[in-house]
Amino acid sequence: MNAHAKPSKLIKGATGDWEVVIGMEIHAQVTSEAKLFSGASTAFGGEANDHVSFVDAAMPGMLPVINEECVRQAIRTGLGLNAQINLTSVFDRKNYFYPDLPQGYQISQYKSPIVGEGEVVVDVGPDEQITVGIERLHLEQDAGKSLHDQHPTMSFVDLNRSGVALMEIVSRPDLRSSEEAKAYVTKLRTILRYLGTCDGDMEKGSLRADVNVSVRRPGEPFGTRCEIKNVNSIRFIGQAIEVEARRQIGILEDGGRIDQETRLFDPGKGETRSMRSKEEAHDYRYFPDPDLLPLTFDQAYVDALAAGLPELPDAKKARFIATYGLSPYDAGVLVAERSSADFFETVARGRDGKAAANWVINELFGRLNKQGLGIERSPVSADQLGAIVDLIGDGTISGKIAKDLFEIVWTEGGDPRRLVEERGLKQVTDTGAIEKAVDEIVAANPDKVAQAREKPTMLGWFVGQVMKSTGGKANPQAVNALLKAKLGIE
Amino acid sequence: MTELTSLTLAEARDGLRGRRFSALEITDAHIAAIEKARALNAFIAETPDVARQMAKASDERLAAGQGGPLEGVPLGIKDLFCTKGTQTTAGSRILKGFVPHYESTVTSQLWRDGAVMLGKLNLDEFAMGSSNETSAYGPVKSPWRRPGSNADLVPGGSSGGSAAAVAARLCLGATATDTGGSIRQPAAFTGTVGIKPTYGRCSRWGVVAFASSLDQAGPIARTVQDAAIMLRSMAGHDPKDTTSADIAVPDFEAAVSRGVKGLKIGIPKEYRVEGMPAEIERLWAEGAAWLRDAGAEIVEVSLPNTHYALPAYYIVAPAEASSNLARYDGVRYGLRVPGKDIVEMYEKTRAEGFGKEVKRRIMIGTYVLSAGYYDAYYVRAQKIRTLIRRDFEAVYAQGVDAILTPATPSAAFGLAEMATASPVEMYLNDVFTVTVNMAGLPGISVPAGTDASGLPLGLQLIGRPFDEETLFAAAGAIEKAAGRAELPAAWWA
Repeated sequence: MNAHAKPSKLIKGATGDWEVVIGMEIHAQVTSEAKLFSGASTAFGGEANDHVSFVDAAMPGMLPVINEECVRQAIRTGLGLNAQINLTSVFDRKNYFYPDLPQGYQISQYKSPIVGEGEVVVDVGPDEQITVGIERLHLEQDAGKSLHDQHPTMSFVDLNRSGVALMEIVSRPDLRSSEEAKAYVTKLRTILRYLGTCDGDMEKGSLRADVNVSVRRPGEPFGTRCEIKNVNSIRFIGQAIEVEARRQIGILEDGGRIDQETRLFDPGKGETRSMRSKEEAHDYRYFPDPDLLPLTFDQAYVDALAAGLPELPDAKKARFIATYGLSPYDAGVLVAERSSADFFETVARGRDGKAAANWVINELFGRLNKQGLGIERSPVSADQLGAIVDLIGDGTISGKIAKDLFEIVWTEGGDPRRLVEERGLKQVTDTGAIEKAVDEIVAANPDKVAQAREKPTMLGWFVGQVMKSTGGKANPQAVNALLKAKLGIE
Repeated sequence: MTELTSLTLAEARDGLRGRRFSALEITDAHIAAIEKARALNAFIAETPDVARQMAKASDERLAAGQGGPLEGVPLGIKDLFCTKGTQTTAGSRILKGFVPHYESTVTSQLWRDGAVMLGKLNLDEFAMGSSNETSAYGPVKSPWRRPGSNADLVPGGSSGGSAAAVAARLCLGATATDTGGSIRQPAAFTGTVGIKPTYGRCSRWGVVAFASSLDQAGPIARTVQDAAIMLRSMAGHDPKDTTSADIAVPDFEAAVSRGVKGLKIGIPKEYRVEGMPAEIERLWAEGAAWLRDAGAEIVEVSLPNTHYALPAYYIVAPAEASSNLARYDGVRYGLRVPGKDIVEMYEKTRAEGFGKEVKRRIMIGTYVLSAGYYDAYYVRAQKIRTLIRRDFEAVYAQGVDAILTPATPSAAFGLAEMATASPVEMYLNDVFTVTVNMAGLPGISVPAGTDASGLPLGLQLIGRPFDEETLFAAAGAIEKAAGRAELPAAWWA
């Protein structure tokens, strides 16, 4: 696939427009108790070298044994990416020397990965969707960590991460802007979290991206790419792409040439800098790991895993649109996190879906964001919010009062229905009382009455006055109907 | 005491069970023999304290009637097997002083069955060699000498310490490993029996790796029966080694006297190599005649890709070794030679830690795996490997039960005799044995006679996958016909 960007996504250079082309290699730590080839724990933290087996430390004579749970998780992820699952795959050794790589090689999958081609549909904005090709997903070991700040003359090595299972998910160069790249990673993270195959926690390094960036004139073949290694937040991914594309455009516009190389993004300085050139690139001498037989399983195993997959974001979104009548955008917002989607469904069950979505997205999410809270820590439960929606729906309270009620539930808690009773928040539906208020307002404002007859939209002013005089408790439909009758407008 | 060291493993086992002597007595007899045989340099580490402790524990179990299949039997352990609490060097300077915190599966099974460890046996560095001259702990001298000569001979390699110790009656049997012939060639050179079982029969867990797809552990002993007894304890499925086979271990000992009546034995014409000494040719024919006389049918067979095996082996084995030995970097254990930065530390550590032959193979392996050469060397060698396996499959499909070949192209050569030869001449020692590793098959070397100067010569039998029993039966028949191998006179004591 070699799609071209919309003109709006092109970058303006001094000599014309440029298109940025991005492909990503996402390293996602597999959610599992034990490492890929040893029984050692994958727990984050702990003292240095707490979670290290003889295999992880590459002691002489130690052998890797595949952890089936990691294989299961990789297959489930592949299924979640609509990808081909390879019933036979091969582990290879990627050879290079580094102190935090105890074996002197990383066990990875080179020619025969466990997962082949797939695709991910990504919402870039409210009304733009792109399809990103997945080239492959393979399993590999993470390295340990070198610590250079612990001793005046020595470096220390922490092997806690050594041997932890990673899924490397390689995309096609199908992304055409930093926004698309960020949306892709966000979507991928959503899928991984739905599947429970990676916690997606970028702060802990559970998800890292190598970003391949090149630029070209629209319509031309791909340019030379640079790989920005190990970018560890979605915001940084966006920034790194922007500055790298600018850097490359600058060079090309000055008549220079892009050297294929590996670069690092420095968020502090807002620049990328060279790590190693193509000439310095390692010759990894890949070959099949003779300690491990080819990894094989049958289609029935894959089918059983497929049958046990949870509903994934795209399916859930489609269902929300179909079942609850939501807009694609609202549905997309709700399914971005499984917990949000579940919360919404609890609120929406047996109620007006649109109203439920409106309350979850606008009121609840707005309030949570303001407080910096996740949905899991919402002070208002789905049942409480559902009760508020019910109270509006059956006409017990007005929308305006509902917002006050929401605020009370948020800060004080309690059963919304009881709160409405106790605090006298019930909507006035007694037309006698409403009519009295309407008559008073009409009588007190003859000039406005004249204006309203000329300009019916003035009705809103009258509604506001009546609501004010009734403390917001008057039923707005009743107020509207009475006012229209009294003022003689349609 | 001498007589205790001259017993076969089977005789010793039975004597121990019958309480005719104690485990401590037979262990002490071997400890004394080892002390007197230091001139052979068969051991890198003697572990008399460990041995006596184990022997005492064996005696207690024997007294309680709880002895295992090898209860109280003193053995030597090739220093490639990691032994918990006892230095394991792989014959290399880079692992000097390395004491594992774990026990290899094979040795732990021997201890489970009651065996006693006498010490760690010398070997070619990282099992790379055919004469035991590449050891960082000095060469092993063969207990054999040409009659009337004081010139030292090599015991073969890489399990030279194992073969020498068994032949010199320093232990009743020894563990060994075989990547291209490292059990069978030294066994042939020393008049002992050595079997490399089918790849996957013995766990590789805890055995220092040379070439993972070829390495296999096996025993060296003085009789076919002794080798069968040891192999039964060494073999078995190990979930810690993915390449270990989940196949039941039969009673190999029972197969030794089974006879060869009705067996079809193949004689591969391609093993009649150019320049083969007449005495090897004669021995081979004699072996075939013995088997025929014992009731086997002898047929000529063809293994057409045989002559590609050695070159292909010397691509595959170094390739895997270059990667397997990358872990010896001075960072976590073993030798570290400081440098101004990490790269210099690596370079100095590995320059000082590895010997010449190991470096040669690391360089060959690195080269054949490097970009641009991988397809030309490694991939083609793997294709040849497949062809070699198919050659054997085709022969076995014709109903052949085992294949008879010479074990080595000659008898033992003199120490340092090959020093000026090209490495390829040394590699030619493996010409009859590497095919077996390349195909993952079992192969046994059994003494069958001597050359003109009285040095031992061996025959090799190659079997179907996981059919070591037929090999024990056929080797048993040859042993019976040839008469049990003579043992060398104890010139060293």
